[in-house]
Amino acid sequence: MDEARPLWATPLQFVFACISYAVGLGNVWRFPYLCQMYGGGSFLVPYIIMLTVEGMPLLYLELAVGQRMRQGSIGAWRTINPYLSGVGVASVVVSFFLSMYYNVINAWAFWYLFHSFQDPLPWSVCPLNGNRTGYDEECEKASSTQYFWYRKTLNISPSIQESGAVQWEPALCLILAWLLVYLCILRGTESTGKVVYFTALLPYCVLIVYLVRGLTLHGATNGLAYMFTPKSGIPTRGSPALSLLAFQMEQLANPKAWINAATQIFFSLGLGFGSLIAFASYNEPSNNCQKHAVIVSIINSSTSIFASVVTFSIYGFKATFNYESCLNKVILLLTNSFDLEDGFLTVSNLEEVKSYLASAYPSKYSEVFPQIKNCSLESELETAVQGTGLAFIVYTEAIKNMEVSQLWSVLYFFMLLMLGIGSMLGNTAAILTPLTDSKVISSYLPKEAISGLVCLVSCAIGLVFTMEAGNYWFDIFNDYAATLPLLLIVLVEAAAVCYLYGLRRFESDLKAMTGHALNWYWKAMWGGVSPLLIISLFVFYLSDYIITGTLQYQAWDASQGQLVTKDYPPYALAIIGLLVASSTMCIPLGALGTFIVRRLKRRDTASVA
Amino acid sequence: MSPSRKILWAPNPSFLEAGKSTIKVLADGRFSVWHRKGVTMSWMGPREDAENAFKVRLSLRTALGDKAYAWDTNEEYLFKAMVAFSMRRVPNREGTEISHVLLCNVTQRVSFWFVVTDPSRNHTLPAVEVQSAIRMNRNRINNAFFLNDQTLEFLRIPATLAPPTDPSVPIWIIIFGVIFCIVIVATMLLILSGIRQHRRKNKGPSEMEDTEDKWENTVKIENGIPCDPLDMKGGHVNDAFVTEDERLTPL
Repeated sequence: MDEARPLWATPLQFVFACISYAVGLGNVWRFPYLCQMYGGGSFLVPYIIMLTVEGMPLLYLELAVGQRMRQGSIGAWRTINPYLSGVGVASVVVSFFLSMYYNVINAWAFWYLFHSFQDPLPWSVCPLNGNRTGYDEECEKASSTQYFWYRKTLNISPSIQESGAVQWEPALCLILAWLLVYLCILRGTESTGKVVYFTALLPYCVLIVYLVRGLTLHGATNGLAYMFTPKSGIPTRGSPALSLLAFQMEQLANPKAWINAATQIFFSLGLGFGSLIAFASYNEPSNNCQKHAVIVSIINSSTSIFASVVTFSIYGFKATFNYESCLNKVILLLTNSFDLEDGFLTVSNLEEVKSYLASAYPSKYSEVFPQIKNCSLESELETAVQGTGLAFIVYTEAIKNMEVSQLWSVLYFFMLLMLGIGSMLGNTAAILTPLTDSKVISSYLPKEAISGLVCLVSCAIGLVFTMEAGNYWFDIFNDYAATLPLLLIVLVEAAAVCYLYGLRRFESDLKAMTGHALNWYWKAMWGGVSPLLIISLFVFYLSDYIITGTLQYQAWDASQGQLVTKDYPPYALAIIGLLVASSTMCIPLGALGTFIVRRLKRRDTASVA
Repeated sequence: MSPSRKILWAPNPSFLEAGKSTIKVLADGRFSVWHRKGVTMSWMGPREDAENAFKVRLSLRTALGDKAYAWDTNEEYLFKAMVAFSMRRVPNREGTEISHVLLCNVTQRVSFWFVVTDPSRNHTLPAVEVQSAIRMNRNRINNAFFLNDQTLEFLRIPATLAPPTDPSVPIWIIIFGVIFCIVIVATMLLILSGIRQHRRKNKGPSEMEDTEDKWENTVKIENGIPCDPLDMKGGHVNDAFVTEDERLTPL
């Protein structure tokens, strides 16, 4: 190489880069949902076990490979074994898909951030209808936050077949998001290394502020209590503490809890994309990546738990607020129907007065009765959401009811942006490092031009997600582009290092590089436990897809103001298949390609001699 | 109100069971309503008048909390005055007086019914006129009582909702423009400084060659003797030793 490989200025930059990559939106919007689904406190047990058994070893493996080979994913795997160059290519392809759709989330975060500087917040009020006598119909049926998300932000079409036109507002935000990413990766580690100080630390500042604010909100304790209490109807005989314990024990025996814990750890750390290999390749060879692997994985998991405490206190606030509004609506309805004194009916005497009215004026009460909603705090809390729905609908609904909501809104979307940009830095590094390592490409184009080209192409394709049906395509990419291929890639990686390259050889490499001997624990995990876990996850997902048959998606029905389930059309299924195949097929095709090239070379040398 | 002038109306069947008033059905199909509290009297008259009456509902405690005032006859007088004021602003009805506005059946809620009669006091004014008059002056009426559209409700008279203020340029575009320009400027700066660094690196090797040529031109002298014996400038060339051809042994 003509120039020395660029390095991180300090090891701290490397750690921050890994943290800002691993700590992403999934920590904020997926983990709290899983925590709630699988019993709150008891979910932590499989989560921590999976962290130590699967997360830390695989993270250490990727960092060690990157630091040892000092190349991006394609070069690194080619060095390990020439037949494995397909693994690197598969990583790059998956990273490319991911960066295409992930930056759309940053575009949405920008959109909401820019709209947070208004009073009142645009998602807190419904727009008026044509003759200004009431509110817009779709907004009345749904809520104002859902209306703002589905109509104003996405302008979503009723189904995936109706693509609609590119919406210029989200498209502008997407272009801005890509420009910002380009600015951060322009100079390689020099610029990335400085940006990661912000993208790693600022989200924590905001989370702490939100924790303090969230815990002091009215009704926050309801949410926190809900997180740790049983959900399903377990007959509470005996003490509630015993039944709580029984429920948590039962959840431990539920295989879905373990599978989801394993999946969450796997995808949360961002294994298999090649980003960790790329980051580690810019390390000094003597860097102690074992310590860093442990630190990064622990920080990632603690952030998930921390974020779920914040999320649940916000949930509790929102649920309590909605519950109290529901009760107030019932009170108003009864007060108006029976001409009771204003202020006579309160939350405390509501039930007694209801029974009195039912007995004193039975026919009138039976007229009013269908309109009386049964307000329940549990049903409000049970609206567990994950993904973009949580971030852009549930949180905004909670924020609009806080005081000084503009400030909270700006803080929150700024945090989402930092988390998203941090992850994007890792994704683009995974694509760019192999490209800049390749002598062919880097001899023609400077680093800035390669980055610019990659950003331009991803942005152009990403405009698809700003069309009216764009959110449906986003869900396709989110659910299918990365799940199965990554499991396969990491499985091949672990097997390759242990059995193709040789665990002993790798161990001696690491010892020569870092000076520390390899602990038996890592050897045991890499050789046996982690690959077995990945195989079982892979088998589970494959069988799940096969059993469910046709894949379905949630479409927004404007006339009803809610989501409906629809089947994917055949061409969408074909594209899903193409997505999965294009990355997984790289592995065998790469091996085949190397095999053919070698055969041809052997024939050439044989014919010459 | 003189007992001889009783106008009848039974607008809401729920009165029959409210417990606070009793309704008697008379032989000719008309109704009479007596209010137990005795605050206002009901009237008897043609049934068409029922359509020209409107129910009003106030939520004083919801709106004002502790500062809520009690609803008494003085407040009712003010209400009648506001309705009369609204009617007087309608082109043909400038002669409307407070005594033309009739309130009925005030409940504890606080809610009541009202009609506006014409000067002859025989007929009530059509509902459409009253509706449009109240709609035009809703703001004044609300403010007179420190209430808003939700706490002072006129049933069957929808309020014209205030549209949200739309600035000529949406705020978000301004902020977007600012951040967009900052990012573009920063990107340009970085790219330009990168190009400058490239140029400096390219100049670097060529500058190195120049300085080496200069060194070759200066003759190194040690101990008074020129170092390079093959230098043609000082001394003579010994042809016996300089044979370019025989430097390399032939194959």
